[in-house]
Amino acid sequence: MVEHGAENASTGENRANPTRMLEVRNLSISYGSKSALRDVTLDVRENEIFGIIGPANSGKTSFLRALNRMDVFTPGMNVEGEVLVSGKDVRSWRNLYALRRRIGVVFPLPVGLPMSVYDNVALAPRLSGIKKKAVLDVIVEKCLQRAALWDEVKDRLHSLGSLLSGGQQQRLTIARALSQDPDLLLLDEFSIAVDPVTTMRIEDILKELRKETTIVLVTNLVQQARRLADRTAFFLMGECVEVAETEDLFAGGVQDQRTREYVEGRFG
Amino acid sequence: MRASPADQTILDRRNLDWYIDKVVQVLVFVGGISAIIFIIGIFVFITREGIGFIFSSWDPIEFFTSPRWAPTSSHNPTYGALALILGTASVTGLAMIVAVPFSLGAAIYIGEFASGKTRESLKVLVELLAAIPSVVWGFIGLSILNPLIIQWFNVPIGLNVLNAGVILGLMAAPIMTTIAEDALKAVPDTYREAAEAMGAARWQVIFKVVLPAAKPGLLAAVLLGVGRGFGETMAVLMASGHSINIPTSIFDSVRALTATIAAELGETAHGSDHYQALFVLGIFLFLITFLINLTADLVVRGIRNR
Repeated sequence: MVEHGAENASTGENRANPTRMLEVRNLSISYGSKSALRDVTLDVRENEIFGIIGPANSGKTSFLRALNRMDVFTPGMNVEGEVLVSGKDVRSWRNLYALRRRIGVVFPLPVGLPMSVYDNVALAPRLSGIKKKAVLDVIVEKCLQRAALWDEVKDRLHSLGSLLSGGQQQRLTIARALSQDPDLLLLDEFSIAVDPVTTMRIEDILKELRKETTIVLVTNLVQQARRLADRTAFFLMGECVEVAETEDLFAGGVQDQRTREYVEGRFG
Repeated sequence: MRASPADQTILDRRNLDWYIDKVVQVLVFVGGISAIIFIIGIFVFITREGIGFIFSSWDPIEFFTSPRWAPTSSHNPTYGALALILGTASVTGLAMIVAVPFSLGAAIYIGEFASGKTRESLKVLVELLAAIPSVVWGFIGLSILNPLIIQWFNVPIGLNVLNAGVILGLMAAPIMTTIAEDALKAVPDTYREAAEAMGAARWQVIFKVVLPAAKPGLLAAVLLGVGRGFGETMAVLMASGHSINIPTSIFDSVRALTATIAAELGETAHGSDHYQALFVLGIFLFLITFLINLTADLVVRGIRNR
């Protein structure tokens, strides 16, 4: 099992189970001497929403950062173990940028880049070399539609993206993440700075997106995981306590007492 | 909730904090308004010294179109500032061509690539460079760059636009670097992270996200350099050749507005036409600097409100 990544890398062959979008094997993350995540092994299936819940400091964000190799830009962040995207170890990709273009990320706080709404969404396609305005127009409209933002901004596509409201900026961020047509969409506590109405709209969008892409959703809202996730993992203090079908998890079918207590809101 | 009488006296009492707060408010107000008072004071003073000349014998057409600056001529003194204006403009223009790439490059390296010790020592070095007195730069132009230009380009004189422009550019670069680096540092890391997560390479992050985001600050850095170029006196006086000329190539000697004032003011009779004409140059410089800053301000606002 553990050798898969290395072999796949050398042959370029996809030997892993094709329905598994993401395979994580013995992943450990540390910052200097401080351990953030210990020995996590889990799979994410294609076209599912995979929820990760857990209290602060449980390693959820570090986990996401390892998936698209943001560790490269974080001094002192040390990653061990394997992360296979479509059966290929992310660390065997020589072209880091190509990997990141296949993985969309939405950060906790909305980041409207200081350029027009249009340019925000067109940035990633332009980075990958698309220059024709007609093609970009189509991508921009499609992504803004899918992020349920089109109707609100179609008349001001060329005003500054950072002037939108917080909720709009977060949907803009989602539109931007979708513009690269990602195989994998990572969301890190996306609703922190968003009002409840917008949160529900974004959740509806995510349910729609599940048909086309695979989503890993880190959330500190247990109920959000319950509403959205097909399967949910519970992280606690750098440990993946358990992974279960979300329904089972909330129906009390948990193996670990700590999960039950967290889900029921007794600690955390 | 209703306050009891005892509470009300406590809430009404002017204690030490209240007085300190008032004093600080007044001090900050005086500090803020003093800058405006000084600027107005300077403007009033130089205008008063030059205004008599403007209304009596000043010929604006001659001033702006004639290259002949001959205030000491005994039979026909003329006050054409065109050559001086072009001298200042050409030297400043060349200085910016030298300084902008250097300073932006240095700022990008220090702000985006260098880390740890390299970064710290570079910053200290750049700040040290900014502290070199302008007369030292003038000396370098006079004694080092001058013979080098004569030798390399085979021209008769090395004190010219090229010399002054290079010296001025090197002089302005450190301070521009510092301002530009501050502007880059003010760009939130979340922008970089967001762009990197989208698969942008390092240079794409810098050119597509960081530089556009820092544009107002970078523009401020460049305009500060332009202001420095217009205002610099000693180094330009020493390196430019100080001869009245409309420059046709970078190897022509020129004379700058500032250098003219510095060199001639001490030798004029107080209140004479010549003395007042020099103050007209001063007013002109003041207005130019004011216009540059105003433009910068408007451009920066324009970028923000788009």
